Amino acid sequence: MSDMRERAGGYEPSARQRERDAIRRRAARRSTVTAFASTVVVTAVVVLAVVNTPGWPRVRKSFLDWDVAVASLPKVLEGLWLNVRVLVVAAVVIFFFALVLAICRTLRGPVFFPLRAAATAYVDLFRGLPLLLVLLVVGFGIPGLRIPWMTTSPVWLGGLAIVLTYSAYVAEVFRAGIESVHPSQVAAARSLGLSRAQATRHVVLPQAVRRVVPPLLNDLVALSKDSGLISILGAYDAIRAAQVVTSQHANFTPYIVAGFLFILLTIPLTRFTDAFARRSGWLGAQSGLAGGGALR
Amino acid sequence: MSGTSERPGTGTGSDDGAPEPLLRVRGVRKAFGDNVVLDGIDLDVRPHQVIALIGASGSGKSTLLRTIDLLEEVDDGDIWLDGLDICDPRVDANAVRARMGMVFQSFNLFGHLRVLENVALAQRLVHGVARAEADERALAMLERVGLADKARSFPDELSGGQQQRVAIARALVSSPRLLLLDEVTSALDPELVGEVLDLLTELRAEGHTMLIATHEMAFARDVADEVCFLHHGRIHEQGPAAQVLTDPQQPRTREFLRRMLPR
Ligand SMILES: Nc1ncnc2c1ncn2[C@@H]1O[C@H](COP(=O)(O)OP(=O)(O)OP(=O)(O)O)[C@@H](O)[C@H]1O
Ligand SMILES: [Mg+2]
Repeated sequence: MSDMRERAGGYEPSARQRERDAIRRRAARRSTVTAFASTVVVTAVVVLAVVNTPGWPRVRKSFLDWDVAVASLPKVLEGLWLNVRVLVVAAVVIFFFALVLAICRTLRGPVFFPLRAAATAYVDLFRGLPLLLVLLVVGFGIPGLRIPWMTTSPVWLGGLAIVLTYSAYVAEVFRAGIESVHPSQVAAARSLGLSRAQATRHVVLPQAVRRVVPPLLNDLVALSKDSGLISILGAYDAIRAAQVVTSQHANFTPYIVAGFLFILLTIPLTRFTDAFARRSGWLGAQSGLAGGGALR
Repeated sequence: MSGTSERPGTGTGSDDGAPEPLLRVRGVRKAFGDNVVLDGIDLDVRPHQVIALIGASGSGKSTLLRTIDLLEEVDDGDIWLDGLDICDPRVDANAVRARMGMVFQSFNLFGHLRVLENVALAQRLVHGVARAEADERALAMLERVGLADKARSFPDELSGGQQQRVAIARALVSSPRLLLLDEVTSALDPELVGEVLDLLTELRAEGHTMLIATHEMAFARDVADEVCFLHHGRIHEQGPAAQVLTDPQQPRTREFLRRMLPR
């Protein structure tokens, strides 16, 4: 980026600076070429190695059948739409539930002991349980109770299981963020007369949340993939749809289609949120990330 | 001490003619574990008075300022602000803190808020001022410290001296009865110290009451009316700035000053 630097005030760079810029440009060009060449070589080697295995023709037919892919696309896409909706709703619920859990865990004083203990127990429990297990217990156990007003929809129950588990993870991310805000920030807020709650709400949490945006993104991507687990409860999502088409055609290509769509879903997710975070200055000003990339 | 006087102006009017102290500290003790940091502090700050707290690192200057601002609880002793016993647990500590302004050693501006929002925040949240009015007051106060053009910046886009002036503006905007300043220049490069000290000198001329912990003996001499020497949690000597700094009566003070002002 250095050669793109603005020359303020229309001044002419010195010969030495022009030379430095030229060296940087050459180095950048060289590393681009190297990266490109090595990518081509590695890809070629891997492709050749796979294509030359004895079973390749059969695998290709049962996993990479173009006609089956085209035929399955509408159904898998329809299923993916369910994944997207589950993702969005679950992400919002997880965000707030996890924030509440994290705040409960950081409360001080004997009055808050029950809250703090409950939140800690919750996090310990659901962080230790495999998601698959929670999914099965919630998905099959709750309908088994035959509670009249309780839904038996696999989508809602699956979503519930995901929220239960992910909230425990995300709560820990938030707690780390809260504890990373220096105590002097609270002292400054309190010295202005802000109450403990106001200091938390207006000073600690905004900074904590900004700081944990990158790990949260990571969890969001993981969540988008794990939303596919609701298919084991019978929810008609992308994976379930792929499964159905697979059995119709006796061909595994729909799974590849589903996998491809999940990747297409997560890549823009990270890129968009990254760009959004940067534009709103969340990663900039105070996170220490700004400018770091400019160092040699 | 029953009369909770609420006179906004000068604090004159006691029987003997000397102004009633704005802040009265009596027998304040504070320990962290076995470490007795404040060991019976007595201190009076009268309206418009500027008192400098000097003393070695770890002598308890910051702790004293923090206990006065109710950021630490005293273990024993009393503190009155405007005649109100602020150590009483029934007193609304947030309201008391809101009547004092504190500026810290290391800058604790809120990094996620712009300079203007830093200054306006407590106006809105604590003093119930509407946003437009709060912003207006904040801007006026930034103007006062010469940083109106930085209102839209984030704190880390400012120099250390500018940040500290914003912190002072933030403490001043609520018209505090008492300003507590904790080594506001010690984290600054030498060439930035001047702009902050100049500002404090102006504030003194405007009649602000200040209690200042400082390592700058020259500043203490120029700006403070009185100097308090703190050693191992006790005030060993207190008196007019010029006298304490040039002609200390206590051996400990003398020893401290000899190390501070090598001649
Ligand atoms: N929160 C705390 N917990 C435990 N000990 C503390 C705490 N705050 C201060 N102390 C101790 O109190 C003593 C006095 O600290 P204080 O910060 O008041 O000194 P100071 O006079 O301000 O020093 P300096 O000039 O270096 O700022 C030190 O020994 C310090 O370790
Ligand atoms: Mg200190």
